[in-house]
Amino acid sequence: MTITLAHYLTVAAILFTLGIFGIFLNRKNVIIILMSIELMLLAVNINLVAFSSHLGDLTGQVFSMFVLTVAAAEAAIGLAILVVYFRNRGSIAVEDINRLKG
Amino acid sequence: MTSWVPAEFTAALPEIFVALAAMALLLIGAFRGDSQTRTSGWFAVAVLIVAGGLVAGTAASPGSAFGGMFVADAFARFTKILVLTGTALAVILSISYIEREDMARFEYPVLFLFATVGMMMMISANDLIALYVGLELQSLALYVAAAFRRDSLRSSEAGLKYFVLGALASGMLLYGASLVYGFAGTTSFAGIAKSLGANPGNIGALVGLVFIMAGLAFKISAVPFHMWTPDVYEGAPTSVTAFFAVAPKVAALSLFVRVLVGPFGSIVAQWQQIIVAIAILSMVLGAFAAIKQTNIKRLMAYSSIGNVGYMLVGLAAGTEAGVRGMLIYLAIYLAMTVGTFACILAMRVHGRAVEGLDDLKGLGRNRPALALVLAVFMFSMAGIPPLAGFFGKYFVFLAAVQAGMFALAVIGVLASVVAAFYYLRIVKIMYFDEPADAFDRLPGREVGVVMTVTGLFIALFLIIPGPMLHAAAVAAKSLFPG
Repeated sequence: MTITLAHYLTVAAILFTLGIFGIFLNRKNVIIILMSIELMLLAVNINLVAFSSHLGDLTGQVFSMFVLTVAAAEAAIGLAILVVYFRNRGSIAVEDINRLKG
Repeated sequence: MTSWVPAEFTAALPEIFVALAAMALLLIGAFRGDSQTRTSGWFAVAVLIVAGGLVAGTAASPGSAFGGMFVADAFARFTKILVLTGTALAVILSISYIEREDMARFEYPVLFLFATVGMMMMISANDLIALYVGLELQSLALYVAAAFRRDSLRSSEAGLKYFVLGALASGMLLYGASLVYGFAGTTSFAGIAKSLGANPGNIGALVGLVFIMAGLAFKISAVPFHMWTPDVYEGAPTSVTAFFAVAPKVAALSLFVRVLVGPFGSIVAQWQQIIVAIAILSMVLGAFAAIKQTNIKRLMAYSSIGNVGYMLVGLAAGTEAGVRGMLIYLAIYLAMTVGTFACILAMRVHGRAVEGLDDLKGLGRNRPALALVLAVFMFSMAGIPPLAGFFGKYFVFLAAVQAGMFALAVIGVLASVVAAFYYLRIVKIMYFDEPADAFDRLPGREVGVVMTVTGLFIALFLIIPGPMLHAAAVAAKSLFPG
């Protein structure tokens, strides 16, 4: 069996869905949410690279480089905010993030 | 690389200027410490004003930079001036506030400047990559700004919530962008428009568009992606909330319009129904959910959700008149919101900031001038003529009616009637309830100046609406060639 574009897209779609579910169903730890966000962005990268190879067009790979860079910055900022939050609250459990209603 | 000549940069000159100034300010701050925050705040305001001059000075003819990824047209000029005005006013409002609240650190104006660069990039984006990078530059700075009061649990929780949901939205937008790229074969807006024009039934690109719209709807806090707004508005420091409520909304809505009208302009019928749905939901939820709020910052959050709904009515019309109405509404909304937040910043009792609606009791007797200004903003938000807020609503609903969307316009008018209830309730609390403790003196002269200027704009809009209406018309026309 040959691996076609559809296979790559399916893998990416599954990873992306896992990432979204990881954010909403996870009731334990904020770190897991950060990991889920990374998973979503990596799914997008698989998409971009697969399309790029399929179309024979380099733009997708350039795009994925940008996504990687921004994802690193995003993770750094997320962890920094998380550290600040931990200092104030003494916990990073998802169910403890309830000081503001909503 | 023949396209890499200096002449290419002129279109992006304002962005380059603000970015360099922000980095210079960062360096100065790193060497001089936090003692100069007031100076660097005013420096940031000066930078924003100069950038506004540069934007206004760029030729009215469309220019592009970075190999066509960046476009500077009349639409970009109008909305960039709005963004720069909103940011400058928000920085001016912050200068005394951050000193009083003990959070005067030099990063504060720097973050605002970086967010501004991101917003200007979003407005001028002409390619999916530029769109994403601009959006992230703005968002990353805003996440930090929301959590800027490091010692406050509420502020850091607001930052954390904003970060998680914002990153989720960025992920959805990006997934959509990857699908659009794959099925249209290019990331440039012109290329996507061409590809969709040749093949309007491109389902893959359509699915991608829905994801992009979900991500952007989050950034403008339209229902059903609004759930972060009240928490972040309440938790973030008030001066940061004042910024959140104006500049990022303007930038994200402009981006929304540019994406839908530009590359996806040939499939209006497909996205129009989605915009109609989120416009109706936003207007209705904004009107009803605000009624039971007791915190004025949360109330303003629901008010902004409702206002975004009205602006989307203009976009839903999908016509030049609709975009023009939306731009006029944006400008008026900016003035009303900044002014209201100036009033909220003045809500201090015995040296402490208060946010409850009850704290406004008897303001009409204790502080008649402040109460009058706040009443002007509330009447304007409620859409009572002859104040400016009425004309904002008038132009978007007019565009919807002209486009034959009567139901949408009727629902919008009904929602604004419901919303008028809670705006007028604030006026009633101020003038007819037994007085509570009197507020302290204004926190800094700047706040009073901002209040007066925005209040005069709102009250006197009727007399000289011409230049603004004309500028908005020119801006809308540049999006609809031919």
